[in-house]
Amino acid sequence: MVKTIAPASGTVMLSAVGIEKSFGPVRALQGVHLELRAGEVTALMGENGAGKSTLLKILTGDLQPDAGTLTLAGDEVRFTDPRQSRLAGLRVIAQEPEVLLHVSVAENIYVGALGRQGMIFNRAALFARAEEDLRRYGFERVIRPETLGSALSPAQRQIVEIMRALVDSPSVICFDEPTSSLGDEEVVILFKLIRQLRDEGVAIGYVSHRMQEIFELSDNITVLRDGKFVGTKVTADTDHDDLVRMMVGRDLSQFFHRDPVVPGDTVLELRGVTNSHVTEINLEVKAGEVVGVSGLVGAGRSELMKIIVGDLRIDSGELLMGGTAMSFKAPADAIAAGIGFAPEERKAEALLLKRSVRDNVALARLRSLSRWIFVKSADEKALAAEYIARLGIRTPSSEQLVGNLSGGNQQKVVLARWLATHPRLLVLDEPTRGVDVGAKSEIYAIIDELAQAGVAVLVVSSELPEVIGLSDRIYVMAGGRITGELARASVTEEQILALAMDESAADPDFTVSLS
Amino acid sequence: MPTTQSTATLRSQPPLDTGARPSAWRRVLEVVGVQNISLLMAIALVVAVIGSQNPLFFTVGNLRVIGTAIAISGLLAVVQTIVIIMGALDISVGSIAGLTSVSSAMIFTATGPFLGVVGAVGIGMLCGLINGCIIVFGRVNPVIATLATLAAYKGVAQLISDGRAQGYTGADGFFVFLARGSILGVPTLILVLVIIALLAHVVLRYTSIGRNIYAVGGNDIASRLAGININRYLIGVYVATGAVAAIAGLLITARTGSGQPVSGSEGLELEAITAAALGGAALKGGKGTIAGTILAVILLGILTNGMTLLGVNSFWQNVAKGALLVLAVVIQQLRSGERRIGLPG
Repeated sequence: MVKTIAPASGTVMLSAVGIEKSFGPVRALQGVHLELRAGEVTALMGENGAGKSTLLKILTGDLQPDAGTLTLAGDEVRFTDPRQSRLAGLRVIAQEPEVLLHVSVAENIYVGALGRQGMIFNRAALFARAEEDLRRYGFERVIRPETLGSALSPAQRQIVEIMRALVDSPSVICFDEPTSSLGDEEVVILFKLIRQLRDEGVAIGYVSHRMQEIFELSDNITVLRDGKFVGTKVTADTDHDDLVRMMVGRDLSQFFHRDPVVPGDTVLELRGVTNSHVTEINLEVKAGEVVGVSGLVGAGRSELMKIIVGDLRIDSGELLMGGTAMSFKAPADAIAAGIGFAPEERKAEALLLKRSVRDNVALARLRSLSRWIFVKSADEKALAAEYIARLGIRTPSSEQLVGNLSGGNQQKVVLARWLATHPRLLVLDEPTRGVDVGAKSEIYAIIDELAQAGVAVLVVSSELPEVIGLSDRIYVMAGGRITGELARASVTEEQILALAMDESAADPDFTVSLS
Repeated sequence: MPTTQSTATLRSQPPLDTGARPSAWRRVLEVVGVQNISLLMAIALVVAVIGSQNPLFFTVGNLRVIGTAIAISGLLAVVQTIVIIMGALDISVGSIAGLTSVSSAMIFTATGPFLGVVGAVGIGMLCGLINGCIIVFGRVNPVIATLATLAAYKGVAQLISDGRAQGYTGADGFFVFLARGSILGVPTLILVLVIIALLAHVVLRYTSIGRNIYAVGGNDIASRLAGININRYLIGVYVATGAVAAIAGLLITARTGSGQPVSGSEGLELEAITAAALGGAALKGGKGTIAGTILAVILLGILTNGMTLLGVNSFWQNVAKGALLVLAVVIQQLRSGERRIGLPG
């Protein structure tokens, strides 16, 4: 299993020089360099859409670069599919590994190598071998060889994937955000393993967003931004702020810039709203106000938003818009009342990924862009162009398919759709999830400007600094109820958390996880 | 306007077009579409092969045969394309055509041409309405729902006709015109297809209805949240499909000179789905064009005609059609760029 002759520590095992890759008009990578050295952990950092995943795919041969050279252990290589890179000793541990559900861990680990057992499948020998290998890497207590794939937690799946990789004793291993689905104890085990591999002379690439991990684990850090190579630094010579500056390209002191205005009339009011998801909700949002809704996952925040936008029904209580009681039977009714809604699951619930930016922007107000049933395409194009410019949507043209844009730009397309309907109330559920730091600050600026223009904004967010930084007032939810209302001036993260756990403490099934 | 000018200063401008003019070939590709270009090339290839083997292929008579043969399956392929774009499927179109074919002949005999046409189209729309309601209100998968009504409508057609072809009286002129007449040299059958196809093309391409059909097929949740009444669209499209299937039924009656409960329409749903898939309509929904479907219908028509001219027996022709459907879907899958390991789904 373990490489017997380890190369001297510090030897460059993998080097990528001048890598270029374009998808149609989108330049995903330009002049990117990366060096992974034996016995060292090199972190690869960058915002979403910076090109990290594309680079990994090029390393494995899943994608072919348009230009640039790859060198593995001194030899120039050209991989045309992932099998070749695997045979050459390079492995990438996927973020969400595929596991065969109906077979054991042992079989899952040796899935590509079962043939080596000879003609007859020797289950006992396989289990023994798995047991031994798991012990070697300190996993014997975390995972059993006979457990079925379907019973594995995300962390255990990750371990299976890592064990699979180690079967080939690779000289280079890249981890793609391995800790995103792991608990704290599991992270400890993973780090121990990574250090063990490093000490055995494996060259390790490590992609992660978590600064703390990077500083704890890595020897070098390579930063990408917008598909371009920003630089490589020795971890000991850099710090948090320096890295953020490299990733974002500018200072973030004005990150949450808010100019609160004096609130106008009440736009939305809920009185004792109750259904199967929420109980006795009282809430109001005034014109020009940004109101945050915080709480733990499962507190009923998203369900409350879906009630407001007419997607879920109210059993008892009242919903008033501008003082008039409303009865929404479908989202169309809420839209007619002046409500816009950007849901939590952007791709699944908001976007037509195979249609153009223009189509997506126009979707909620096609009728007003049409003469009888005929869409006035000139007006539609003008509308799309207006919002592309206004929100700074980075797209080659209004005809680009939305599926080809980055997360931040996709979210701006969703915002554009609703801004185009000139809403009185805008409901935003996790507006910056999966959005890179730069686009985040742009979205904050848009929200601030909307409020100044008199739009009432209701924002759900799991990120406490975001809720605190954006909102004029904050409602905290727990167990389907509003457990508190906090004013901007005095809010602390601790206060919000205390309210968020108010009822969950009584409910043992409640999962406590923010984000 | 909610946003003010200051937003623009916060961010870099989106990258502009490089200004380089795309080559002529690129622009042709963009306008016509890669899918349609490949279909045109396939048609050219098939024509060349068949034409070189059998000179009869190019005679006016034979081209007319091809034209009239594709009129009926073409109608069904056009509406099937709309259903597929919306992310659904209608397997019952052939049965609806059979039911309307036989009932139109019977109504003609009983009352006359006007009520015959209106009645047939009405029956088709009713069948479509039933399909739509089962799917929407019963929450049944469209394939299962229309598989069930495929059997049921066929059964009804056989029940009212006792399983036999129904002759008709009193409407010879109308049906003869439909089957063999022409306007300005264009056979009426083809004209009917052209009109329906153009109508469908315009609706899909230039109207809010068409846009919303693409939206519903592409992402139904997003469509609902954007204010589209999905149920109304589903039912509406199935009703329209029933109406067009009824017109196909009338054409069957016209061509065969009698109402055909089953034999004139059986298997047409397969041809319709094949044509739509070959023409680029994605079975997952949200994608497809009438132009592509029509080219695919022409290709299929020429292939069938060619196989007959070259003496391929009709059983083998069925095998070929099935293989073509598989090929169409495989090509679509490869072109969509999604690599799959294991079962799709």
